Amino acid sequence: MADVTFTVDGKKLTAPAGTLLIEACRKAGIEIPAFCYYPGLSLQAACRMCVVRQEKVPKLQTACTTTVAEGQVFVTESPEIAQARKATLQLLLGNHPLDCPVCDAGGECELQDMTFKYGAGESLYAEAKQHRDEQQWSPAVFFDRPRCILCYRCVRMCGEGMDVWALGVQNRGVSSVIAPNGEDHLDCEECGMCIDVCPVGALTSGSYRYKTRPWEMNHVSTICTHCGDGCKVTLGVRQSHEGTDLVRGDNRDKSGINGDFLCAKGRFGFDFVNSEERLARPLVRNASGRLEPTTWENALRVAAAKLKEVRDSRGGDSIAVLGSNRTTNEENYLLQKLARTVLRTNNIDHVRTADYATFARSLAGQEHKAASLRDAGNAPAILLVGGNPTEEHPLLAWQLRSNVRLNKARLYVVNHRTIKLERQAKAVQGVPPNGYRDLTALLDRNEGDLAKAVMAEESLLLIFGQEYRGEQMEALVSWGLKRGNVRFAYLGDHSNSRGAADMGVLPDLLPGYVSVNAPGAFAEEYAGMPAAPGKTAPEFLEMAQSGQLGALVVVGENPAQRLGWAPDALRKTFLVVQDLFLTETALQADVVFPAASLYEKTGTITNTFGDVQLAKKAADRPGVRPDFEILVRLADAMGADVKALVPFGKRGMRADFGQSRGAQSGEADRHAVWLASHGLEPKLSPFDPLAVLDEIERLVPAYKLDRLNLFAGNDVPTEPAFVPVSALTQPRADLVNPAHDGLFTSGTLGRYSAYLREIEEHQAHQLAETAAD
Amino acid sequence: MTPRESETMSIFSPALAARFDALVEKYPVKRSALIPMMLYAQDEIGYLSDAVIAEIADRLGLTELDVRNVASYYSMLRFKPAGRFNIQVCTNISCMLRGAYDLFDRFQEELGVGHKGITPDGVFSLEEVECIGACCWAPAIQVNYDFHDELAADSVPGILQQYRERAAANGGR
Amino acid sequence: MPRLVSHPDEVKIVTRRFGQGAANIEKYLELGGYEAAKKCLTQGPDWIINEMKASNLRGRGGAGFPTGLKWSFVPKQSAKPKYVLVNGDESEPGTCKDHLIFLHDPHAVIEGTIIAGLAIGAKMGFIYLRGEYRYLLEIMEKAVADAYSKGFLGKGIFGSDTEFEVVTQTGAGAYEVGEESALMESLEGKRGVPRIKPPFPAVVGLYGGPTVINNAETIATVPHVIAMGGAAYAAVGSERNGGTRLFGLSGHVERPGVYELPMGYNLKKMIYEVGGGVRGGRKLKAVVPGGSSTPVLLPEEIENLGMDFDQVGKAGSMLGSGGVVVIDDQTCIVEFALRTISFYQHESCGWCIPCREGTDWLKKSLTRFHAGFGEAKDIDNIRYLAENMMGRTFCPLGDAAAMPTLGFVKKFRKEFEDHLNGKPCPFAKHVELAVV
Repeated sequence: MADVTFTVDGKKLTAPAGTLLIEACRKAGIEIPAFCYYPGLSLQAACRMCVVRQEKVPKLQTACTTTVAEGQVFVTESPEIAQARKATLQLLLGNHPLDCPVCDAGGECELQDMTFKYGAGESLYAEAKQHRDEQQWSPAVFFDRPRCILCYRCVRMCGEGMDVWALGVQNRGVSSVIAPNGEDHLDCEECGMCIDVCPVGALTSGSYRYKTRPWEMNHVSTICTHCGDGCKVTLGVRQSHEGTDLVRGDNRDKSGINGDFLCAKGRFGFDFVNSEERLARPLVRNASGRLEPTTWENALRVAAAKLKEVRDSRGGDSIAVLGSNRTTNEENYLLQKLARTVLRTNNIDHVRTADYATFARSLAGQEHKAASLRDAGNAPAILLVGGNPTEEHPLLAWQLRSNVRLNKARLYVVNHRTIKLERQAKAVQGVPPNGYRDLTALLDRNEGDLAKAVMAEESLLLIFGQEYRGEQMEALVSWGLKRGNVRFAYLGDHSNSRGAADMGVLPDLLPGYVSVNAPGAFAEEYAGMPAAPGKTAPEFLEMAQSGQLGALVVVGENPAQRLGWAPDALRKTFLVVQDLFLTETALQADVVFPAASLYEKTGTITNTFGDVQLAKKAADRPGVRPDFEILVRLADAMGADVKALVPFGKRGMRADFGQSRGAQSGEADRHAVWLASHGLEPKLSPFDPLAVLDEIERLVPAYKLDRLNLFAGNDVPTEPAFVPVSALTQPRADLVNPAHDGLFTSGTLGRYSAYLREIEEHQAHQLAETAAD
Repeated sequence: MTPRESETMSIFSPALAARFDALVEKYPVKRSALIPMMLYAQDEIGYLSDAVIAEIADRLGLTELDVRNVASYYSMLRFKPAGRFNIQVCTNISCMLRGAYDLFDRFQEELGVGHKGITPDGVFSLEEVECIGACCWAPAIQVNYDFHDELAADSVPGILQQYRERAAANGGR
Repeated sequence: MPRLVSHPDEVKIVTRRFGQGAANIEKYLELGGYEAAKKCLTQGPDWIINEMKASNLRGRGGAGFPTGLKWSFVPKQSAKPKYVLVNGDESEPGTCKDHLIFLHDPHAVIEGTIIAGLAIGAKMGFIYLRGEYRYLLEIMEKAVADAYSKGFLGKGIFGSDTEFEVVTQTGAGAYEVGEESALMESLEGKRGVPRIKPPFPAVVGLYGGPTVINNAETIATVPHVIAMGGAAYAAVGSERNGGTRLFGLSGHVERPGVYELPMGYNLKKMIYEVGGGVRGGRKLKAVVPGGSSTPVLLPEEIENLGMDFDQVGKAGSMLGSGGVVVIDDQTCIVEFALRTISFYQHESCGWCIPCREGTDWLKKSLTRFHAGFGEAKDIDNIRYLAENMMGRTFCPLGDAAAMPTLGFVKKFRKEFEDHLNGKPCPFAKHVELAVV
């Protein structure tokens, strides 16, 4: 639409014709109050708070439904308007409980804020307020009816936004009430979006209610540690006698890739951090064969001495390293560098949830073909092949739904089962479970509604699931490349699976998918690196069973559970485990290091779309250390040259080894974003992951990051096309082992979230009830 | 959308089920049949039971929540049984001015129940209602759908007798 | 059976077939029925709309919008089907005129619907009756079936190649559904909550198609306008207010009933001559001129008041639905105000804050006030509440509650003050109202 010029409060504004006045004003910095208006949801004009005066119009108009046109003149603040807003507030406050001192929303309440602004100080009424008892609708959602001001945000968010439609409005007039679909309980996806959008304390969160006051928390925006989408989550952190408590997860900061969205795991699944089962001290297996707590110095000494002994006596190739899908890029990078240059082995792998190596190989040399997760929210046409985003990639599902709903995007779904996103699809094509291979031929033959519609699209965002690996993926991508104007995205599990692969936690590929056989610059950088590719994770087990595996370092992974390794398989192997919990794997270890979770450290992670984001340290946990620090200390204890491993202290600066370790040192919590964004800040500590980020940027062409954006908290795309074509090898598609975590599961980590377990049990109970009906 | 379990499993009489089958075809959009269906179902079953809501939701491809949202909006629809004869006394202004409250009091007295009360034998229920569109013939009441107008408190025993006889004669409707 | 009344001053146009068995299609035909529709079929849309414009017929639901003009807003071309929607959700207290139309002349409604359909190019019409009017719905259903069997409705109406379908629909108890966009929501099987305007129904209405919505009385008048000619119809009424109106006289009047009188008929004359004066020879205290939402008028305000949209508007009230409620001097105005606001509180759809909360606080305040527990500041609070609802609500229901309240408080302040200081209501026996 063409731009029009109109006047608001004496200022000339310009916006496309048809823009909602409330939006045009907000963009110009003029805030118009509203309860019911919520960007992206259907218009209500119900709360009447956004009334403004339009010239030549007799009644006050609602800014949320008025569209701007050339020459209009508006007044948004005047005694008349203030009175109208005040009168509305007086009506609401007539029955709204003034339990603000104990209300979860107190201090973060839009009704409080507006009352503060417009005043409605004295009550006009003598009648008693009507009290109703609070109801628990699910483990996640509590409803306090008298606090509800009926803005209908929750109803719309649940229906329009989430496509769950679990909330409704019942009765009428002053008896109107928000009602859940199970009459007295909710049967839903437990995303908690209704709680997020509630402007008052009517909907409160089971995980947070009555725990603290909002102003007693620090609010830290970081990246969720669960699925591969990488939502920004705002963690509410409170000081406690032993460091900090994480008390809340929500989406208060809407600047992330996820915009308004956050799922149950992101919102509620942070509580593993506070689990009583968290390891707090290093453990070393004693002479009698039992794990016993010890000091860091001792544990490091034991681990380093044994690793060094195995390396020096049996050779580096008798050592293996298993990395994590959740640790940061810097940690993954450091881990493989440590393996290759300190342990001198290429026996490094991780539990691969997707075949990212083939994805990178398929797109090598093809610039601007990889999609960002943001593209899912604005591409005009999307072909979704395989996968089940609603369960496994909730943000992607939200983006697709929103794109269809708000931008009239066309979604095409090809799947071997029925997935919920079909409800938004323009066409659906079923395939047999092993029939994805034939899809490109079907499309080329223009056979069926979906093929016809897809082939008629000018551009396409092609998103495919873990059903695609190896040759099959290469065939699909090459079909898309031939067709032209196609962008690609590939779906894998866990928060940093993509990063683990990108950072070369692989036996045959170095960071950036550079082949070990043709290491290029790495040959010089990684002094002492073995020349031949190493063994894969399943081969580690074989080595262990045959007694060839002298030592195994496992960082943030649980192969005993995830890969089904038998409890005694590692009997003859010296096992070092870094983890948050005493997992099935850690139980067999000789040395266990208590590690920090993603919420307790800083670093970058890469979502499955290749978008890099900065995870910021939110909490402190006594006794634990980031994997990065553990690795550096281990290398140091082994006598390695730490400066070669971590390029810290450049320009002649020196630093200690942690004597000054406080809450901040060793982390990237720099006050000067500008310095960081230009890579100019002094990396004083060997524990500063940003020192390694410098090296990643230098050596991995795909990670040429826009640092200013990264440090400002934005997602920054990578460019997988920058994989050197000369370095291509045939990846091992057979090693892919998807986790298929659903809305309430998250691998080993999820098992330690009491809250997610509770929700899962509630869901199972609901399901059983429904089945019994 | 799951298809309805079985066409023969309707909780409604064959005549009403057939009427519903026809009703959904009448409109450009199936959902338009919702309000008539709920009212007719209530006429037959007595109120909107969970089973009624479930079947109507099923017939129209709606969620039960959606059906309840709509049903609870309309004042004639109820989620609990009423008496066989639901006496609705209008007390709105035109009727009030002509003695509707005396009339309502008399009904309360004769029936021994108040607003929204049901007589122990289940024959009558009493309700004070808003304007029923008989203002010029006030005061007026409706017994189920039958209008009785230009009443006085003294008309009450006669009206009740009339319906008691009907209840005795044919067991109701 | 509602009593039919008559008075020599009546000009029987819309009511001319009342009491003659015209619900029977044969009788209706015998009395000249369906001739107007046939004429319209040959004359075409532009002619119909011109006749309607010439008639000065204004919407009988209450807003008084010129019918011909409304029809002319419907776009000629539309990608979506167009519809005619007849609003028979008659629910405004004091109003029962459509009741008689459905009872005595159902075919006039059908014929009017057909004509509206021809005028705007719709192929389908809906006739929506409030749920309480079940026996009238059955009469309408029978009439529609008869019209189908005569070939007046269906694929080729009156032997032409024009198609027109009519569907009857029942409500289930909701005053708010009388608001045109809430009516469309209800007909689409939803809660009767009004829609955001614009777009207006003439452009985006029922099922998203252009829709003309008219009151049942308006529609039943249409065939008569066509039969007698727009200009002749206009000549019956007053300036810019064509024709007659069905006035419902109720309350403390000697001869209540629905009378068809020319627009502009004097209100005092209506009460004292047509209605036979105040019941029992009492004195007139006040009169509500057009249904319960219209501000009350005092005896001195009706001396020279002609009952048309413009004159009543000038007098500070509204002609509304034509329901004239007469109040004698033995009536407690506070109780009357309370009963009025109780209705709007009960019927508020609850969508917007000022109406949902405002009607409730008005009811609560008036209940307490009437029970003798009011304080002096309550009078001003009631007025403040009503003033702050006016023009601020999503739809006119808020105004409908606020306007009469303001009228009562301003015009009968003394009577409100008489309720203060624990004094019992001098008139009423009923302190607590049961409707909640």
